[in-house]
Amino acid sequence: MALRDITLGQYFPGSSPIHTLDPRAKLVAMICYIVALFLGKWFVTYAILLLALAAVVKVSTVKPKALVRGLKPVVFILVFTAVLNIFYTPGEALASFWIFTVTKEGILHAFFMVVRIIMLITCTFLLTYTTSPLALTDGLESLMGPLKKIHVPVHELSMMMSIALRFIPTLIEETDKIMSAQKARGADFDSGNLIQRAKALIPLLVPLFISAFRRADELATAMECRCYHGGEGRTRMKQLHYRPGDVLFMLGALALAVGIGVLGHWGL
Amino acid sequence: MAAIIETKQLTHIYSQGTPFEHTALDSVDFSAERGEYLAVIGRTGSGKSTLIQHLNGLLKPTSGQVLFNGTDIWESKDLTRQVRCQVGLVFQYPEYQLFEETVYQDIAFGPKNMGLDADEVDRRVKQSARFVGLEPGVLEKSPFDLSGGQKRRVAIAGVIAMEPQVLVLDEPTAGLDPSGSARILDNIRTYHQEKNACIILVSHSMEEVAREAERLVVIHRGTIPFSGPPEAVFAHGEELETMGLGVPAMTRVFARLRSMGVDLPASVYTIPQAREAVLSALHRKEGT
Ligand SMILES: Nc1ncnc2c1ncn2[C@@H]1O[C@H](COP(=O)(O)OP(=O)(O)OP(=O)(O)O)[C@@H](O)[C@H]1O
Ligand SMILES: [Mg+2]
Repeated sequence: MALRDITLGQYFPGSSPIHTLDPRAKLVAMICYIVALFLGKWFVTYAILLLALAAVVKVSTVKPKALVRGLKPVVFILVFTAVLNIFYTPGEALASFWIFTVTKEGILHAFFMVVRIIMLITCTFLLTYTTSPLALTDGLESLMGPLKKIHVPVHELSMMMSIALRFIPTLIEETDKIMSAQKARGADFDSGNLIQRAKALIPLLVPLFISAFRRADELATAMECRCYHGGEGRTRMKQLHYRPGDVLFMLGALALAVGIGVLGHWGL
Repeated sequence: MAAIIETKQLTHIYSQGTPFEHTALDSVDFSAERGEYLAVIGRTGSGKSTLIQHLNGLLKPTSGQVLFNGTDIWESKDLTRQVRCQVGLVFQYPEYQLFEETVYQDIAFGPKNMGLDADEVDRRVKQSARFVGLEPGVLEKSPFDLSGGQKRRVAIAGVIAMEPQVLVLDEPTAGLDPSGSARILDNIRTYHQEKNACIILVSHSMEEVAREAERLVVIHRGTIPFSGPPEAVFAHGEELETMGLGVPAMTRVFARLRSMGVDLPASVYTIPQAREAVLSALHRKEGT
């Protein structure tokens, strides 16, 4: 079932050192890593970044296969980026036909861009695979805490995010179920031209929206029944605490970003 | 008689290659004959729904084969679709899967997909609506405005309208009141008799399957430990208990009596049978 393979926002429970890190430490480290990705310039920096990522994947015990599967939906974006970069980067021409020119810079640029996107996606997936959605939003809320001072509704935002994350798999499951039920009655989703396929999707969207609204309604009622009234004065059952390991992890990521920044500055 | 549908060494593993990997079916050999009324029983999570979704090609086997009239249903794409129209599947809680604007259109969805002409579609919709006991006025309503029991009947009508040779129903009576479920079981029995169709009824109610089916197939943790006529299956009373499946109340009473030393047969599962058995036991006693 193709739909089931979408692993976006899925959490694979585990007990590796990466799983048990404080979510804030992982978020901060991820931001450092993404910054580093954009500071990288040449093979040396990307090799170091790849090595760092591989090391974290290894420690996290997440199967590389699962990460590769996560990349499937973005293949189109990757190809698109690569093609754009190959043709639209000015520089030393290698070949040209009609209005297109392939440049050496273009190929290199495209290569680095694709590597950058792959590593970016892998690292975000690694975060969602190893952090439960609840921990993730707790971490975000705590990190964005200072923004409350300027009246950003931090708690509401993070609540919305955790609900959205929570319901992605449910919606996928539901879509799958409805699709199966229609297939069982002879609906055909896999053949025909694009228009026919798009048309076949319409009867799928109607029940999906209806059930999504029904769920939203039920959830709202359930939350009100438990006296939910926003973030004001709410305390937590699980308090987040930094441990030495978390601090070390963040410092490591920060050092990586600074190091890559310096190397990138030298053009490596 | 030749099997109309069968599985050979069917194995299904969900989410293979992830930490959620789960073997739902393990080398299952299952077969159903033309015109047979069969029941599949097993406790929650035993793999019943997984098995029947293989029968019409909704799930692809991880390994093993599904044969319809002797040919592998995955041989070609066309064949898979054809089989889906001949093996009608009514899902568990089908009422959540209605989607058209009116009940009429919803029932017509299957026949239309089969490429039938408008008159034939119309005939089938009306016939199957009547069959499951929907009043004609209901046909123009939105499926979302119906009661739960009515929705369930619409969903069943939608599948029956395709006039499948094999009708598979996944717990069609779950969550209905006794009269509602009796009605649905009646409809199924009538369909079985009129069309000489093969019925595969999934259930976890022993009383229900004992009353309805000619043959039972027990599923336990993705395997079939035994199958056969109800008497033969219920003779495994203790094993069934350890699998979390109760035997019918009458069978349990008789098992107790037997363990107390009363000379009675073990394979009793309905009240008429119980009466017979008790009477003949009394006769024997008088005789000696
Ligand atoms: N989409 C899925 N992904 C992963 N595991 C699944 C999936 N669907 C079912 N399972 C697992 O496979 C096993 C068999 O499920 P199945 O739905 O066939 O059970 P069932 O016998 O129909 O149960 P019930 O009586 O509750 O309907 C269960 O343990 C279930 O957790
Ligand atoms: Mg089931």
